[in-house]
Amino acid sequence: MNNKKKKNMLPALAMAGPVSVWMILFVTIPMLYIIYISFMSRGVFGDVVYKFSTESYKTILDPTYFKVILKSLKAAAITTILCLLLGYPLAYIIAHKPKDTAAKLITLIMIPFWTNSLMRLNSWLLLFQTSGPINNFLVGTGIVKEPITFIYTDGLVLIGLITNMLPFAVLPLYSTIEKLDKSLIEASADLGASAATTFMRVTLPITFPGIFSAIILVFIPSLGIYTVTDMLGGGKILYIGNIIKNQFGAIRNWPLGAALSVLLIVITMLLIFIYTRFAKIEDMEVV
Amino acid sequence: MNNPIISLEGVEKRFGSNLVVKKMNLEIAEGEFLTLLGPSGCGKTTTLRMIAGFEEASAGVIKVEGERIEDKEPFQRNVNTVFQNYALFPHMTVFNNVAYGLTIKKVPKPEIQERVMEMLRLVQLEGFEKRKPDELSGGQKQRVAIARALVNRPKVLLLDEPLGALDLKLRKQMQIELKRLQKKLGITFIYVTHDQEEALTMSDRIAVMHDGVLEQLDVPMEIYEHPKTKFVAGFIGESNIFDGKVTDKKDNVLTVQTEAGMMQVCGADFEVGEEMHVAIRPEYMDVSKTPVEGFDLPGTVKDFIYQGTVVKTALDIKNGQEIKYSRFEQDTDIAEGNQVYVYWRPEKAVAIKKSM
Repeated sequence: MNNKKKKNMLPALAMAGPVSVWMILFVTIPMLYIIYISFMSRGVFGDVVYKFSTESYKTILDPTYFKVILKSLKAAAITTILCLLLGYPLAYIIAHKPKDTAAKLITLIMIPFWTNSLMRLNSWLLLFQTSGPINNFLVGTGIVKEPITFIYTDGLVLIGLITNMLPFAVLPLYSTIEKLDKSLIEASADLGASAATTFMRVTLPITFPGIFSAIILVFIPSLGIYTVTDMLGGGKILYIGNIIKNQFGAIRNWPLGAALSVLLIVITMLLIFIYTRFAKIEDMEVV
Repeated sequence: MNNPIISLEGVEKRFGSNLVVKKMNLEIAEGEFLTLLGPSGCGKTTTLRMIAGFEEASAGVIKVEGERIEDKEPFQRNVNTVFQNYALFPHMTVFNNVAYGLTIKKVPKPEIQERVMEMLRLVQLEGFEKRKPDELSGGQKQRVAIARALVNRPKVLLLDEPLGALDLKLRKQMQIELKRLQKKLGITFIYVTHDQEEALTMSDRIAVMHDGVLEQLDVPMEIYEHPKTKFVAGFIGESNIFDGKVTDKKDNVLTVQTEAGMMQVCGADFEVGEEMHVAIRPEYMDVSKTPVEGFDLPGTVKDFIYQGTVVKTALDIKNGQEIKYSRFEQDTDIAEGNQVYVYWRPEKAVAIKKSM
């Protein structure tokens, strides 16, 4: 009996083995190392001194850092909500198109995703800068008197985040909405429900797993991303991603950078935990 | 018909350049079990969907209780549908699925509780109210779908191949249950199926459709015994069909010349010289070793096919066609390769007008 079980394990081990080794080497160990470093102290020359300290975590709670964390969470949350509000109707419309049209539309959504994001962001800077074509047009036509400051503002950062993240919202939403059996919508109408009621009680609950996947896929990267905030924010506007990058780079405070990374990991894990618990939501109580 | 509950007048449905339902006229009486029967693609489901309000008729008028339905939303009609794949809401319990229509109509909660439980009792699903659809068997899902529609007390229940996904034994059992339920509740059922046996078992009347055309509308026995078109004769049960021309007419007995030979059939409004079809059921055919008067239909015995309740004998006839006749027991005096003469009582064969 025991022998047989061991035998059955072999093929599974052979298949999962290489990737497990890979994951342990390149994900688990670095993550454990990050956690380890986060409890060390910073040396005078920006090196890591291997002496236990909770200093970095205390620093996070310092109002200056804490504000940035809150601001980042807020930006990520707004990005996520707007991506959902824009992405759900878009995914819904695409899912109700004939298969070949839908495939073309999905490709259109993917195209910006395939272009280098640094190049795209740089072109944005050129377009939106004070002497750029958009401002020239606005001033030239007399719509505004003075050029508008678009770049290096929170607003442009947000638009950049949304543009970057929208495909991550649309794709999981599309795949769940597309799988939704159209006869369920007809059944709901047949039983007397209006289009709005059908959406609230049938479409939305059944596509909820897609919504939650979209939340996770948008929220987590937009919390940690630093290219968009770095470039469109001009380094003036700091988000948690920029701070982490700076701690490991210019400022050379690895323990603090590590502690901030740990914070991101904890938030991520929390979200995934909620996802596994609540991704299947129940219908309301009727009686 | 006085006060039909549903009437279709010249109803047509076009999808692009495709006319899938053609000039359909149909009246359905209150409390009737009417079946739309036909092969896939004949327009039966489209007809049902137009009555349900999911599709709009391209031409013609559909009335429910004398009122045009075009102006009403699906939920304003006293009509509910049982879908082919059940279409149960996967995230709701059995109870909530059945209660759905009532909660939408804001029926008071105690009444919902009472009506849902009563309905679950009726379809023998007591104790299942807390289950989710994916915890049910096909037959149980089917019952939930029926309960979910009936709990709204519709005047008309539309059923789109509701038993299609069930295995043969369960399907037979559900056929009888559905028919009993319909009789008990007195609700009009409009039932779509491609299974002719199912249609014959359950229906008060059958509307046979083919290529978007209503071929024949009649009680099951008439459909079976007196098919009016060549398609109906071939589609319902088994028939041997011959194309021929009337050569003689005596007291409604027509003598018909076909490529296979000469035969007789009863038919009133046919002229000598008219082209027509003759259909004969395998069970009404006889064979003789010597020619029979009025018939000249020789054939060679090809083989015997044992089918449990009957034995079918396949014959090759003159025009290369293969025809079959059936007996309860195998004929002992003929063997494979024998030459026999086929005949029948002219009133047992059906004379069918050649379609335009």
